[in-house]
Parts: sequence; structure tokens; C-alpha cells
Amino acid sequence: MSEEMIYLDHAATTPADPAVVNAMQPYFAEKFGNPSTIYKIGREVRGALDEARDKIADFIGADSSEIIFTSCGTESDNLALIGSAFANENKGNHIIASSVEHHAVIEPMKFLARRGFEVTYLPVDEFGQVDPAEVEKAITDKTILISVMHANNEIGTIQPVAEIGQIAKERGIIFHTDAVQTICSVPVNVDDIGANLLAISAHKFYGPKGVGALYVRKGTKMVAHIYGGAQERRKRAGTENVPGIIGMAKAIEIAAGRMENDAVRIAMLRDKLIDGLLSGVEESHLNGHPTKRLPNNVNIAFRYVEGESMLLNLDAHGIYASTGSACSSSTLEPSHVLLAIGLPHEVAHGSLRFTLGRSTTESQISAVIEKLPPIVERLRMMSPLYKK
Amino acid sequence: MDKNPLYSEKVMEHFRNPRNVGEIENADGVGMVGNPTCGDVMQLFIKIENDKIADVKFKTFGCGAAIATSSMMTELVKGKTIEEAVKISNKTVAEALDGLPPIKMHCSVLAEEALQSALEDYFTKNPDKRIDLPRLKKHKEP
Repeated sequence: MSEEMIYLDHAATTPADPAVVNAMQPYFAEKFGNPSTIYKIGREVRGALDEARDKIADFIGADSSEIIFTSCGTESDNLALIGSAFANENKGNHIIASSVEHHAVIEPMKFLARRGFEVTYLPVDEFGQVDPAEVEKAITDKTILISVMHANNEIGTIQPVAEIGQIAKERGIIFHTDAVQTICSVPVNVDDIGANLLAISAHKFYGPKGVGALYVRKGTKMVAHIYGGAQERRKRAGTENVPGIIGMAKAIEIAAGRMENDAVRIAMLRDKLIDGLLSGVEESHLNGHPTKRLPNNVNIAFRYVEGESMLLNLDAHGIYASTGSACSSSTLEPSHVLLAIGLPHEVAHGSLRFTLGRSTTESQISAVIEKLPPIVERLRMMSPLYKK
Repeated sequence: MDKNPLYSEKVMEHFRNPRNVGEIENADGVGMVGNPTCGDVMQLFIKIENDKIADVKFKTFGCGAAIATSSMMTELVKGKTIEEAVKISNKTVAEALDGLPPIKMHCSVLAEEALQSALEDYFTKNPDKRIDLPRLKKHKEP
């Protein structure tokens, strides 16, 4: 990462750890065997994959046989939701999801709705939290699947997944959780959460892009999407992304060793940034839960100004962040998460997200606290919505 | 150097150094278009002397393209006669900026509507000066 850059978009992606890149390297051209072959170089790679699978399973308290390798978090979510819905449609056709899920959950839900499933989207409170009592109320005798993310990628709010998992278990309903933002950031254990299905994405935790995993609890019925060879117990065909999987396992191994300390350090910087910006800019407020929040997430609404213009100004200073504004999304729609927590559209358009990471330093945070208020001030002077 | 820039250098120039930002007290025409809900609001103020746009100012709530197109619009209309100004289209603005990404073209349309709206306001207050506004579209009130 360039030294002058202040990268604060870790929720979007992270740079691969050098040790991850080193671990992957031999598997491109040296240990290149196809793990499904019977001869030595193939079996050696198969052994390495098995080890990688074990590491990942151990990390979340699962059995190796419950881990399926995929190409990304989105694929994991799609496989989990569409696969379990189709496999259980004889039992019912009702699905419950929160209204703040990632598009990788919402779009499969929309697909399922087009195919005749009934989807109930649960509202959230002003902090973006789902109420487990609401989950319980929504359950009918046709409910086969509940999906609530472990933590929200935009506003950082951590959901009461353990309580929801418990409710799902008692009613014999499959519980899926998208843990893409929590794994390697806060503890994730499939029994503590009570999850049947749990999605992971390597490039969010200093692993490579192009690889993810799906945890599938033994006994959970799920049909495959991708058919072909017998890989992944016939749940996901295709020659494995060996370097990617090795890299993902290495990233998890690294995270296991430093996650706790990282979380403390990063949360302190997060709080410093939140305090600095809220006190440095009038008419600004924090989006998401003040305490039940990912250690690295800052999301603040700045009234009367628009997100993309703030980002362009920050970009000129080498500061990279993201926004809930419609103008910066390819669909020209504002963030559904910010609307779900009750923000008026124009306030959603004026929200910025900063997500910190391992490379974030105190002086970088100080730089943002110093540089952003004058940017907002200048844009407010230009805004027809701002009356001083 | 950015090998795949979102915006042209001209757009970035206008974004970094927007021209004619502000309001005109007792303006001859004021147009306000767009919608905070959509994330784009433009307000244009014009001062008319001898049937020419003697002064023009703008305020915009919106993205880089929104600010750049409003700024470029003011640069294009300043000093023009009303007859010349009436003809300025969103394409003129976009071309003057060396083009906009397709997804941002609507910002240039908003800038055109802001001008038409300001002129319509002027004509409403000065009916004897009215000339045809072929490009005036009905816009949503902010």
C-alpha cells in the first residue's frame, strides 16, 4: 500500500497480507497439481487443501466436512439461500430476512420471490438492529428459512444473531447468517450463533480476492448450484481455486493470532474518528448503533451536502472512503440500509462510511479529522439547502 | 496519474474551482430544480440588463458532475443575450466539459432545466420580454 494513501474502505476490500501472498505463491506453478488427480503432485495439493479446510473449520467451531469452498461471499450467500430454499420447498415457502441485508442476500431473495416464495423483510430500529421478538412474530408454519447478517457492512451494527439462531433452532427453521464483515473482526462460532449456514469472504480479512467459503451444518438440506465434477462433496463443482484457498486459510491463521489486539486498537481509533468528526462538523450524526458496532466502522451523516462530492474532495487528499449516496452507486439508488434506519433521502445522500484496518494509524485519523470539516464547510457554502 | 478517471480533467477543474457560486439579491430570475430525495438540487440566479445575462450565480447540492455542470452552465450563459441563452442545451454543457460518464448525463439535463426555469421566472415577472422556451420541461418542485 502506498504510504501517502489513507485507505479507509476496508469493508470494501483489504490488501492481502504479505504472508498470505507467500503462502499462495508455490501453488501457481510449482505445486500446480489438480487436487482431484490420483498421482503424487495432485495428492500433495489435496493434502494442503484438507489442511486449509481444517484451519477454517477450527476457526469457526465447525467440522471440516461442513466447509464448502466458493469463489466469494456472494456465491456463498447465493448457494446457501437458493440451495436451502429449493431443498426445503416441500416443507414450506416462507422466508424471513432483515431489511438491511447485503445485496448478495437481497437479490437471491428477490429471485426466490419471483419463483413463488414469500419473503418477509423485517424492519430495523433507528440503529439498524433487528428485534428477535419480531423474528418470532413473523414465523408461520410455512417458514423454512431465516437470514440475518451477523453485522451490517454499511453502518457496522452487530445483530442479535445468537438469539435469532436460538429461536430458529427451537422452531426447526434453517438459520443463515452472512458473516462476511464479522469473521476475523469479532469472534464467530457457529454453535454460539446457532447458524445452519454461514458465509465468509477472504478478501475482507487480508486474504485474496476470488475465494470464499460457506459453512453448512451437518443435516442441513441444500441443493447445489454448480454441477460438474465431484468437488466439495458434489455441493460445488469445479476445480478448486487452490492458491486462493491456501491464501484464505493463511489469512485466517494470521487473524486468529492478532484479531483480539487489533480489535482493541482499531476500536480506539474508530471512536477517536467518530468523536473528532461529530465535534468538528455541526449538524452531523452517527449512523448505526453506538456500542454494538463493528470495531472498524464509522458512518456519519453530514447534512446539506452530498456524499460523492465529499469523497472526491477526500480523494484529492489521498483519503479513500465510501458513501451511501445514490450518485456514487451504479444504480443511482441511495443506500437501502440508511433508508431502513429512517434517514430521509437527502441525509442518506450525505453520509460517509470510513472503515479502518490494520494499516490505519492515529496520524491518519488525525488527518481526516483535520481535513474533512473544511470540505463539508465549503460544500455547504455551495448548497442551496444550507442556511447559515 | 489516474488511468481510468471517472471524470474528465475539465469536469474536475470545475468541481475543484467552481465559477460563480453564490446568490444574487433581487435577481431578475431564479430557477430551482431537482429534488433532495434524488440527491440533486440546483439553484440558478440571473441578472438581466439590456436583454443580456449580465450576471449569474448558482448553488448546488449534488455530486461532482452536478457541481461541474452548474458551474459550466453559468460560464456559458454569462454575457449572452436571452435569445442565445434559451438555446443552450444539456449537450452543449456536457460537450463543454469534454463529456460526462453516461450515468451522469442527467446532471447536465438538470443544469439545462435550471437555466430554463430561471428564464421562465424572469418571463413571468416581465411578460413583455417573453420569448419561446422550447426546452422548458415541467420539473418536480424540490
